[in-house]
Amino acid sequence: MALLDRLKRGLSRSREALNEILYFGGEVDEDFWEDLEDTLVMGDLGAEVALSVVDDLRDEAARRGLRTDRQLRAALIDRLAAEFTPATGDPFDDRPSCVLFVGINGAGKTTTVGKLANAGKNDGARVIIGCGDTFRAAALEQLEIWASRAGVPIISRPRGADPASVCYDVLEAAEEQGSNLVLIDTAGRLHTSQDLMRELQKVVSVTRKKATMPVSVVLVVDATTGQNGLNQAKEFNDALALDGLIITKLDGTAKGGIAIAISHTLKLPIYRIGVGEAIEDFQRFDAHDFATALVGDGSLV
Amino acid sequence: MFNSLQDRLQDTFDRLRGKGRLTEDDINVAMREIRLALLEADVNFRVVKRFVAVCKERCLAADVLDSLTPAQNVVRVVLEELTQLLGSTESALTLAPNRHPNSIMLVGLQGSGKTTAAAKLAYLLKKQGQRPMLAACDVYRPAAIDQLQTLGAEVGVPVYTGDRTDPVAIATGAVKAAADEDATVVIIDTAGRLQIDEVMMAEAVAIKNAVRPDQVLMVVDAMAGQDIVNVVTEFSEQTDFDGVIMSKLDGDARGGGALSVREVTGKPIKFVSMGEKPDSLEVFHPDRMAKRILGMGDVVGIIERAEELADAEAIADAERMLNEGFTMDDMLKQVNTIRKMGGLAKILGMLPGGERLMGQMPEGGIDESVVSRMEAMIFSMTPQERARPKIINGMRRARIAKGSGRSVQEVNQLLRQWDEMNKMMGKLRSLQNNGQLSPRAMKQMAAQMQNQPAPGGGNRAQRRMQARKKGRRR
Repeated sequence: MALLDRLKRGLSRSREALNEILYFGGEVDEDFWEDLEDTLVMGDLGAEVALSVVDDLRDEAARRGLRTDRQLRAALIDRLAAEFTPATGDPFDDRPSCVLFVGINGAGKTTTVGKLANAGKNDGARVIIGCGDTFRAAALEQLEIWASRAGVPIISRPRGADPASVCYDVLEAAEEQGSNLVLIDTAGRLHTSQDLMRELQKVVSVTRKKATMPVSVVLVVDATTGQNGLNQAKEFNDALALDGLIITKLDGTAKGGIAIAISHTLKLPIYRIGVGEAIEDFQRFDAHDFATALVGDGSLV
Repeated sequence: MFNSLQDRLQDTFDRLRGKGRLTEDDINVAMREIRLALLEADVNFRVVKRFVAVCKERCLAADVLDSLTPAQNVVRVVLEELTQLLGSTESALTLAPNRHPNSIMLVGLQGSGKTTAAAKLAYLLKKQGQRPMLAACDVYRPAAIDQLQTLGAEVGVPVYTGDRTDPVAIATGAVKAAADEDATVVIIDTAGRLQIDEVMMAEAVAIKNAVRPDQVLMVVDAMAGQDIVNVVTEFSEQTDFDGVIMSKLDGDARGGGALSVREVTGKPIKFVSMGEKPDSLEVFHPDRMAKRILGMGDVVGIIERAEELADAEAIADAERMLNEGFTMDDMLKQVNTIRKMGGLAKILGMLPGGERLMGQMPEGGIDESVVSRMEAMIFSMTPQERARPKIINGMRRARIAKGSGRSVQEVNQLLRQWDEMNKMMGKLRSLQNNGQLSPRAMKQMAAQMQNQPAPGGGNRAQRRMQARKKGRRR
């Protein structure tokens, strides 16, 4: 298929071109800037943001006399990294702590809870999981498997029960058992569903009321999400006053550029990123690394 | 967060209006807006580039620039192209007629909604009189099989789980079981996999080769970003899927990925998944998707209204007006329209060269009180007089003046205004005959003259008109 081939060639061409220009210097021409713009758009940064970032970089390049590959690349990475809102704490480290995981369907909440329970346990935390997803078929079974893999207790109620009651139960159990890291999974929901968002508000407020430890609400965002990610995050933030973000599925080819827009616009830090299938594949977020991956890793052809 | 494309283009063209004819540069400005709108909708940027180039060509070639409403026409062109690209004649589910059982295999990334889609598809087929069976081949995600079993029970469809370890064996086992149990279609749910995961992709191919499904459908998340082209390209090469199910369209994502998938792989979108309930799998409508991608869900009416304006009756009226001249009844209709809008001034304002014609507008033609007086006088005319105002002689004038309580001078003024209007119609007719105006634009304009206000911006045109008149008086 001609178009397909062209597309593939095009993709690699722009990446190669970018690397070449960045590394071997030479006068950067219009193609360079256009390629740079394309790279950012392709990374889901958003067209408007990409345009403005590149325009700013042009100004900065002129002002600071940046001409070489390395200089321009470093300046862009710094600029993008600075967009992220830095974290002031970490709800998984600063224990005791209760974390609610929210997000749309298929974002990876359950898997995230399972993997972070394991990480917490390895880090010496006394972890307990609450299954607040009483809606999706087999969500509990899925979480139970993760809990047993991590070797942590799980609190649940049958499918169809009030999710807020699970939160109540798990916090009570946490107090009894002396747990200091409570991870609560919730059912995935589209931010456009008002009823489900109201249900989630209740879940959060019950949890906040019942908890004697700090409660954080964390939005789980799939890195493959496009521009709608910002809408999602805004709605969840408006409804729940989010504390931070977790970006999943960064092990694919998606760059997760929408995370910049979300973190910047809503002033939300990114606590963790998911980079693989294995149970230990959750990393701490590093703005500089993330921006570097978005702009291009600079690896030479 | 963002304006709809229609609004943006309207703004763009409003700035350009009054310049006379639009140029290629103006179209470039419009195309930039289209580019941004499509990128916002997550259409892949390479697809956008190609698509915009096609649209631009069509806009330059067609009668878009000459039309009354370039913004609408540009949107129309974009919408048509988009619908055509998204559309497909083969979007129905094609199952081989003499195969028992038929089979459908679902593939996709993690979290795209395969398992849910499988249950919905089973429900849909069941409603169509099939006897579906679900095959649970996702042996990796914890409890994925349990999930399918639960969903299967909810829609009343048996679920084959086999040995719960070997996806290929489960798939082939399901087909055998279906034959034994007289199920007609097997729907194979597979594990989510990354397109760059060679082992998992090979597994998908192995399932496909073992079962030889009638259809392989890829489930694509409506919220997918730019990277979806890389994903579908690889899935297309490896599994050569037949079509796409777009999931999570009940959210507010524009779903530009649909266009990317179609463009890059040539594979049709067959279904859209619109909610949590099992019956929320719907047949794909390219036109609706096109509007959604353009962010026009709320302003679709603008185009539809324009279409309505050109309905048969209005066209017939307009044609009569152009061919047989402008009657007093037309004038009556028009003054009523004028009351609601900038009227002729607005329409002329949108015409290339309309500024020039506008200078010839009869003075005072759209003053509110004048309009009611005109109405009174026209109501005092006989049907014959209204149809052929030329027959109105001195005696008739005196009668009309008496009947409407106006002076003969005012009746004379009305007749002069009618005469001006009629002459203008003649000018439009000659413009049309000289080929400067497309017949379509002509009809649209004529229809607008006697019908509804043109969408959007009426007040602006009115203000401009009034400003111009004031200037002239000074």
